[in-house]
Amino acid sequence: MSKGSPISPSLMAAKSAGAPKAPEKVDRATDAVVDNAATLSPVLGPNNVVPPTVMTGSEAIVRSLEELGVDDIFGLPGGAILPTYDPLMASKMNHVLVRHEQGAGHAAQGYAMVTGRVGVCIATSGPGATNLVTAIMDAHMDSVPLVAITGQVSAAVIGTDAFQEADIVGITMPITKHSFLVTDPEDIPHVMAEAFHLASTGRPGPVLVDIAKNAQVGNMTFSWPPKVDLPGYRPVVRGHNKQVREAARLIAESRKPVLYVGGGVVKGHASAELLELAELTGAPVVTTLMAKGSFPDSHAQHVGMPGMHGSVSAVTALQQADLLITLGARFDDRVTGVLSTFAPNAKVIHADIDPAEISKNRVADVPIVGSVKEIIPELTEAVRNQFGQSGTPDLASWWSFLNNLRDTYPLGWTEPEDGLTAPQRVIERIGALTGPEGIYVAGVGQHQMWAAQFIKYERPHAWLNSGGAGTMGYAVPAAMGAKVGEPDRVVWAIDGDGCFQMTNQELATCAINKIPIKVAIINNSSLGMVRQWQTLFYDGRYSNTDLHTGHETVRIPDFVKLADAYGCAALRCERDEDIDATIQKALEINDRPVVIDFVVSPNSMVWPMVPAGVSNDQIQVARNMTPEWEEED
Amino acid sequence: MSRHTLSVLVEDKPGVLTRVASLFARRAFNINSLAVGPTEVTGISRMTVVVDADGELIEQVTKQLNKLINVIKIVELTSESSVQRDHILVKVRADAATRLQVTQAADLFRASVVDVSTDSLVIEATGHPEKLTALLSVLEPFGIREIVQSGTLAVGRGSRSMSDRALRSA
Repeated sequence: MSKGSPISPSLMAAKSAGAPKAPEKVDRATDAVVDNAATLSPVLGPNNVVPPTVMTGSEAIVRSLEELGVDDIFGLPGGAILPTYDPLMASKMNHVLVRHEQGAGHAAQGYAMVTGRVGVCIATSGPGATNLVTAIMDAHMDSVPLVAITGQVSAAVIGTDAFQEADIVGITMPITKHSFLVTDPEDIPHVMAEAFHLASTGRPGPVLVDIAKNAQVGNMTFSWPPKVDLPGYRPVVRGHNKQVREAARLIAESRKPVLYVGGGVVKGHASAELLELAELTGAPVVTTLMAKGSFPDSHAQHVGMPGMHGSVSAVTALQQADLLITLGARFDDRVTGVLSTFAPNAKVIHADIDPAEISKNRVADVPIVGSVKEIIPELTEAVRNQFGQSGTPDLASWWSFLNNLRDTYPLGWTEPEDGLTAPQRVIERIGALTGPEGIYVAGVGQHQMWAAQFIKYERPHAWLNSGGAGTMGYAVPAAMGAKVGEPDRVVWAIDGDGCFQMTNQELATCAINKIPIKVAIINNSSLGMVRQWQTLFYDGRYSNTDLHTGHETVRIPDFVKLADAYGCAALRCERDEDIDATIQKALEINDRPVVIDFVVSPNSMVWPMVPAGVSNDQIQVARNMTPEWEEED
Repeated sequence: MSRHTLSVLVEDKPGVLTRVASLFARRAFNINSLAVGPTEVTGISRMTVVVDADGELIEQVTKQLNKLINVIKIVELTSESSVQRDHILVKVRADAATRLQVTQAADLFRASVVDVSTDSLVIEATGHPEKLTALLSVLEPFGIREIVQSGTLAVGRGSRSMSDRALRSA
């Protein structure tokens, strides 16, 4: 729609509050970033007024990023984005030159996850852009605010199969929140502002801005702030009062409630609000893989992580509940198991900022669309009123059932029979020696599940992983981005030997740019999770899962030599008695990245486990061992 | 599965049809027909999408469509509260011996003959999809050479305009 069309002013009147307002507050310490797009200007950043100024499109890209408040960018130049890299050289923004565009994408994700700000990555056209695809898809699955800027061939040759031409808008259409193709330099400021607005508000997600080379080299008139023109985008932030009251009524009636907390509570910065609601209701809390840390693991009401590798107490709490108070979670198949058998006796309250998540997998009895940041305090208030009228429900027998499960089936591990180090012990010690102020970034597989299970998370934004997408290779670049975003925190990449070999080239980026992350390779010499499934479901036939990096193998690559070649401090630990000392040594090195090759047993498995295709009631605490349900009803 | 007619106001921007079509494909929703064209408001197009889906699925379809940034408004039009029309062009065998019978059949359906040759006619008809199906079954014995059919178009009955309402609520 053209900007002069008669509709846009009336549409915008409802959306923006007119005159530019103060910048959005980002208070990292108190985790108080509010999604208040309804009251603030839709243009991120301080909304400085820039009078019309003639410049090139590429200068406008850089200037727009600056005006939007961007400090850090991850990228790699190439032909079609070259014009933009020239003014970028003179910018005060910090550009981190990666070694592979996928690394730029994951780094921007890691940056966004720890700061709550939009992560930015840049790549050139064609293969540069397609190398971002995995990270974009990852950000889409896990709702990470990401803006990906790609160069595109000149508008005149789009569609001619020009050199390094790829239809990246088309390629990423299913995995972006939205995307733009810019061929006119005049469009750059408003498209950039719209991209950041879309990425960071509502349900966050990745937005692609593909900018043709002619739009970068052409002249335009820059002014700021631009007008954001998105008539079809109206995220609902406030929950419906009536629904909130109905939810409170169900909570007051429930004798077996569970707070089922998802990643939305982390994205919505609503941990403090959640704590208040949880303590008021006295209900057990389960935090999904994406929500670890949104509620303290140490809290008495925390009964664990649900799902395929969740704790018995968390999985059973959901199965036996009469009410699920679902906050920013999406009934993912890894949580529900066979959907038709999931929490069969529970009514469902479902609060989510994305209306499409509500009743997508599990029908909600009380749907509440809005931001958990707004909904949870309203719900707390409504519950307080309801309890005042009808009394506080007695959850004693529910808690005695759950406490019994928690005591009987705590998370733990058995020592491997081969006498080698248990990988779980390494991970547990990293968490214990680093503490809850650290940031832990996992790859995907067994080590990811163990890192979710055996590190204690006490605060949000401390645990990063690739949840929905399951992207091997996420850890090293995401940890790099996290360290750039939170330079004063210890950042651990807890990686597998398989994952590490997918993206470890970013160690060069870390070493050269003084981004001292710590990488713990949980080296079980195999694609461990796949191997576990082969052990359990394929009769121990280990088809193509042996990576030859561990004990009594050729050790290709030698991770210590590799890390050394990348300018990192390189350590190896092969015995239980060296674990603590090795971790301590790594914690003392802060002038360069550290890589530790923890050589562990390939035979350890992740337990508990709900095998694929069965009900969560069939959870196994060890191979072929299902808990005995004493008080099951 | 039941049939639903969705009227979708979208921004007239490049790629918007692809966004809608690819959404249906990747979420495994079934499109029965789709028609797109300009509206009375510059810069806004209207799509009429006929979908085969059950109750919960159609809700998911509209929610997912609403997530597309270029989608401004979606209304489900029921057959009672709206006028729904398809448009069809049929090329039928018709020589001197049968031409009169074919044109009479067309007349019964208020269809018109828009092209004539020595051994064929092109018949144009507009109507509810069921009427057009009936027309085709009558023409079938003469020999149908070609069928070209539009997607369903639908508009709500009464004086209210979908785009007015969309702009007020926006």
